[in-house]
Amino acid sequence: MILARVIGSLVATIKHDSYQNRKIMLVKPISPDGQMKSLLMVAVDTVGCGVGDTVLVASEGRAAMELLGLKKRPPLRSVVTAIVDRIDYAPTSPAGGSS
Amino acid sequence: MKLARVIGRVWATVKEPKLTGVQLSVIQPVNEKLEKMGSPLIAADILNSKENDLVYWVSGAEATFPLPDRQIPSDVSIVGLVDRLDTPAL
Repeated sequence: MILARVIGSLVATIKHDSYQNRKIMLVKPISPDGQMKSLLMVAVDTVGCGVGDTVLVASEGRAAMELLGLKKRPPLRSVVTAIVDRIDYAPTSPAGGSS
Repeated sequence: MKLARVIGRVWATVKEPKLTGVQLSVIQPVNEKLEKMGSPLIAADILNSKENDLVYWVSGAEATFPLPDRQIPSDVSIVGLVDRLDTPAL
């Protein structure tokens, strides 16, 4: 999974069934220290996240099928699986030694 | 999944039979500010989007599952036509 920040959401009435009745969020990956990357991803929400939340996003079809309780594989990859409260990590310096 | 702007169509009579009846749209991936992100792709488009539509699309193995009854040989498929983007933080 990746760490990401929720920056918005989208509305789409015409869409594949597996997206029906689901909040569809706009998220951008972030590094553990909070630096946002340029990539924009669209992810289906399952935990009630909102704009500004730091979240975990899983991006794989079978995981999505499981998380959304679908009977068939959906044309869907990215799902918000958790809202992050806190991140504790030891930044590894490029040389690999602990700084 | 990611966002894209529909910028064109592709017609091909000679093709993999499983692609018959599936519209092929030229899409330009974009970011939250609708700026270009990466190069254009050709997407299987069962939602029949029109030029200039904003859409979201899925890539990889998941792109073969947009149809209920059969898999289609595509690694990029449009799965939603966007009515509105809400990006309050911008």
